[in-house]
Amino acid sequence: MKRVNVIQPKALLKVIALLVPLLFNANGLAFAASSQTSDLTKNSVAAVASPVVSAPAAEAAHGAEAPEGEEKAGDVIMHHILDNSVFAFEPFGSINLPKIVVGGYDISVTKHVVMLWVVAALLLTVFSAVGGSYKKLTNRQAPKGLANAMEALVEFIRLDVAKSNIGHGYEKHLPYLLTVFFFILFCNLLGLIPYGATATGNVNVTLTLSVFTFFVTQISAFKAHGVKGYLQHLTAGTHWSLWIIMVPIEIIGQFTKPFALTVRLFANMTAGHIIILSLIFISFILKSYIVAVAVSVPFAIFIYLLELFVAFLQAFVFTMLSALFIGLATAHEGHDEPAAGTAHH
Amino acid sequence: MLTSGIILLAGSLLSPNPGLIFWTAITFVIVLLILKKIAWGPILTALEEREKGIQSSIDRAHQAKDESEAILRKNKELLAKADAESDRIIREGRDFAEKLRADISQKAQSEAQKMIASAKEEIEQEKRRALDVLRNEVADLAVKGAEKIIKTNLDADIQKRIVDSMIQDLSTKRN
Repeated sequence: MKRVNVIQPKALLKVIALLVPLLFNANGLAFAASSQTSDLTKNSVAAVASPVVSAPAAEAAHGAEAPEGEEKAGDVIMHHILDNSVFAFEPFGSINLPKIVVGGYDISVTKHVVMLWVVAALLLTVFSAVGGSYKKLTNRQAPKGLANAMEALVEFIRLDVAKSNIGHGYEKHLPYLLTVFFFILFCNLLGLIPYGATATGNVNVTLTLSVFTFFVTQISAFKAHGVKGYLQHLTAGTHWSLWIIMVPIEIIGQFTKPFALTVRLFANMTAGHIIILSLIFISFILKSYIVAVAVSVPFAIFIYLLELFVAFLQAFVFTMLSALFIGLATAHEGHDEPAAGTAHH
Repeated sequence: MLTSGIILLAGSLLSPNPGLIFWTAITFVIVLLILKKIAWGPILTALEEREKGIQSSIDRAHQAKDESEAILRKNKELLAKADAESDRIIREGRDFAEKLRADISQKAQSEAQKMIASAKEEIEQEKRRALDVLRNEVADLAVKGAEKIIKTNLDADIQKRIVDSMIQDLSTKRN
């Protein structure tokens, strides 16, 4: 009953005011609340303050003992970062996503799959509108509104990413690069809104995307050089006695590129969320409003803005590197001749 | 931090999930195909068309500039030619006028010279004739005077003096 006394109406209001930024991370808090539901005292508090979103969470963090609180923080953060089969809309309830198993493979729809579909729906809505307005546009008209905003990004990808990295024949790869850029960008941004989850913060999603880049790179290399040219590429133009070293290195190099893409995107998106949540949980672990006001909330907002930048940056980096790899794979002279030249010396 | 340790140890951060891979691939490919059809096609065509339009506008502007420059050059050439022409005409006119003036003045001078010469000659002739007439007259008068003197006074000395003084008088009067 001592804990109930801590949550006076006045104090509760303060907590609510301090935790408004936390709504960005409502999923994490929801888990904190649900993990504590078995506790009798929690139940009573939840009943008292049921319309308030953050009350159970605040109680959960405040009520826990110090070492226990740290463990809870870790669990909450992990819960927020990881995929699961429940799409929670705290405090309005949650949706249990269907579990599908086909031929022994678990292809059940999870939170991140739902986010991917939301991204897909958003992309299709936005770009069907943009594409439609471009179809209506005559040569003498300037694009307006959404079409204009998207054109800046499309033009950026087209010229600064695709054309400058791939060079000749870049038009073929534009649809892939544009799609991958906007897909990742929307995924990253949706992770930053309340109730959202970052699908690109899941290693499986980024792995799939970079496997696409891998296939595009390999196929374009085959198309550009033929089988013989492709195999020659693997020797990097060195003397035959070095092939025993060069060929494995080149083959490994083919796989490290998509691996680097995978880890870069996944780690960047995950790290930002972990930092935001960790900053928030500092105030719960230390049980101090001062820390919350002076440290947690300002720093979390700062990291949030940084994340907004990182969302664009990582989408750009992924696209940029994909274009660069395609450019390297399809380049005829730029890659082979200097290597051949050094081999003669 | 204990928290970060827990996150690392959780391990599930890197756990593979075939279902998610499957759905990502399906979703991405469908989005790619639809967007390629409805968005990237029209947008990229429009962008390329606009790029070409801008390029052709720039080309046209350059062409117009070249043309106008050529016209300007031609105009300048024409102007210079006209200037030279007018200079030449003025110079020729001036030369002609100069020559004409010199001719006229020379002619006038020679004319005057001629007239002066003829006048002088005429004067000389008139003088000679007058002298002849005068001489005859003087001789007649002298003869008459002598006749008279002889008639009236046969004093030789006086007569001689009178005749002398008379001749003297005549000669001074003539001059």
